[in-house]
Amino acid sequence: MSVQDLTMVEAVNLALHRAMAADESVVCLGEDIGVNGGVFRATVGLQERFGEQRVMDTPLAETLIAGASIGMAASGLKPVMEIQFMGFIFPAFEQLITHAARMRNRTRGRMQCPLVVRAPFGGGIHAPEHHSESTEALLAHIPGIRVVIPSSPRRAYGLLLSAIDSPDPVVFLEPKRLYRVQKQPLADDGERLPLDSCFTLREGQDVTLITWGACVRETLLAADQLQERGIAAEVIDVATVSPLDMATLRQSVIKTGRCVIVHEACRSGGIGADIAAQLAEQAFDYLQAPIQRVTGFDTPMPYFRQEQWYLADADDICAAVKAVMDY
Amino acid sequence: MEPVMQTVRYLDDQGHTCQELPLWAHEMEPLLECYRWMLLTRQFDQKAIALQRTGQLGTYPSSLGQEAIAVTLGLAMEPDDVLVPYYRDHGTQLIRGCGMKDILLYWGGDERGSAAGPQQDFPVCVPIATQCGHAVGAAKALQLQGRSQAVACTLGDGASSKGDFLEALNLAGLWQLPVVFVLNNNQWAISVSRQKQCAASALALKGMGAGVRSVQVDGNDVIAMFDELTQALEAARAGQGPTLIEAISYRLSDHTTADDASRYCPQEELQQAWKKEPVARLKRFLTSQGAWTEALEQKWLEHCQHTVNSAVQHYLEYSPQLPEAMFDHLYEDWPTVMEDQLQAFAERRQRRLGE
Ligand SMILES: Cc1ncc(C[n+]2csc(CCOP(=O)(O)OP(=O)(O)O)c2C)c(N)n1
Repeated sequence: MSVQDLTMVEAVNLALHRAMAADESVVCLGEDIGVNGGVFRATVGLQERFGEQRVMDTPLAETLIAGASIGMAASGLKPVMEIQFMGFIFPAFEQLITHAARMRNRTRGRMQCPLVVRAPFGGGIHAPEHHSESTEALLAHIPGIRVVIPSSPRRAYGLLLSAIDSPDPVVFLEPKRLYRVQKQPLADDGERLPLDSCFTLREGQDVTLITWGACVRETLLAADQLQERGIAAEVIDVATVSPLDMATLRQSVIKTGRCVIVHEACRSGGIGADIAAQLAEQAFDYLQAPIQRVTGFDTPMPYFRQEQWYLADADDICAAVKAVMDY
Repeated sequence: MEPVMQTVRYLDDQGHTCQELPLWAHEMEPLLECYRWMLLTRQFDQKAIALQRTGQLGTYPSSLGQEAIAVTLGLAMEPDDVLVPYYRDHGTQLIRGCGMKDILLYWGGDERGSAAGPQQDFPVCVPIATQCGHAVGAAKALQLQGRSQAVACTLGDGASSKGDFLEALNLAGLWQLPVVFVLNNNQWAISVSRQKQCAASALALKGMGAGVRSVQVDGNDVIAMFDELTQALEAARAGQGPTLIEAISYRLSDHTTADDASRYCPQEELQQAWKKEPVARLKRFLTSQGAWTEALEQKWLEHCQHTVNSAVQHYLEYSPQLPEAMFDHLYEDWPTVMEDQLQAFAERRQRRLGE
């Protein structure tokens, strides 16, 4: 099997090709995903290869895309629906919350809803208004839906295949700032990654850095800088933000006694707050310093000229680490 | 059987009259005014694209080929009417006093671009069709307040597939609201063609299902557009209810500067569409009437260039907002219970700027 160097968006595309080739019930639908191959080219070549019946350009209507996907999913298909940007997912919320998330639960298992919602998210690419938000916490707040966020080509490939396999609805959020920054050697071997386990990207004894999405990049950079100062940081990519694998996080914090949580989204009511609360509940006796969060601010995502002020960088993370080390 | 809609037009593709012109169009000055604004809009557009290509502007949606719709709307509206735009209405915005600098600021990633324009006009709306709800709400407010202004709401053909538009149409018909929906059918919603958007033969038919007076108009024919818009806005102001105008046009550009239409737009179709574009069409008519000459054109283009260049200079020299501007205007006053946010920001700022 040939190994190719792929970017994350290419890895997404590869997984979609593989899933569609392997299973006729997998279909893709969304805006501009056909001839155009998606505005980020994540669906390139799918319509050519699998035809217009299975790769559908829909009318411009997100409520409809979600509603139709639920209908398909409950009727034997495996829809992978694309929301062009996360900023435009809100019309789909009613369908996701009131139906997709609870189809299995309310029919006592008679029906299920194996759909995947793919959506690019996050800032840092100088996009127009509404194209840079990170609202994963809104989705993680919905019981019955899985929320998965890859942050490398390999994790994108393996997690997307698992998401499509999943008998439950999965929201798969793709950090677009990472779409093309890094290539990784990847074989199209169909290897799945688990949907409810965090990824420890780097081991360390002194402090646990917990993050996901595009912030994984800055957090790894920060860990490099900390290393030079003699601080060994453990870096964990949460990746599957809901349901949340607390065991991995807890064990790491029990080991290091210190924790900094990094996310791009605004601070209040974020997933960071939930992780911090759970760590306080589960690892209080081991904590040697208060848990710190490095996040965006509780404002709308600024238009792009000022977006760098909203996005945490490696220095911001190092400063928070210093605070927990000096405590 | 689906009813068939006639497309209202007065000027054919060549700029020849194809039916008796409305009385107002016997005067050349209103048409010359349209023409001058269309040229200015087009020059502005070209400059904006150039700025984007050189990294001085963000993603920008060109209005190339659709200038007649925006300009006739701008000129048909009264200053105290309410504009509820989408994002491809640069011509209308300019006529209503939104500066070129401000339009550039918005697309250049600066919130202050949304602060410009008449007080009652709504800002550019990117989440497709969501503005339609605002338009009927604003129209209801005018109705309740007993005022005789109209609301004009613009949207694209793609937007007509969204519930927001259909729900707003329904309410406009039900409550006989003073609103005019101007649907810019430029045949594309990014890569999705008009045919792939809806099976109805005319998008204006959607208005009929809501009890809204509906017309399909040649959106590249300035006379037809201005005439229909004026009638619709007057009817709205006079308490005679809403109108839906489907303006048939063609997007001669990429969807935005982030798009590459050559991936999906048939070259031949594009070439055909160029033969119907509104600027050349009106120019032929005005020239045939002896109202316009090459000399006048050169002079006006120079004026446009000068206007655009000085606006661009103003934009480029405009000092950026302070980083902490993101906290301004979120609440009327920043809640004291959220002081910790400002503190966290100040630390970030200090770290990065060392101030
Ligand atoms: C709710 C929503 N979904 C998707 C998008 C992304 N998007 C921006 S413009 C566009 C196409 C709009 O087409 P149309 O309404 O025909 O207007 P046009 O841009 O052609 O003038 C799409 C899908 C968006 N802005 N809002």
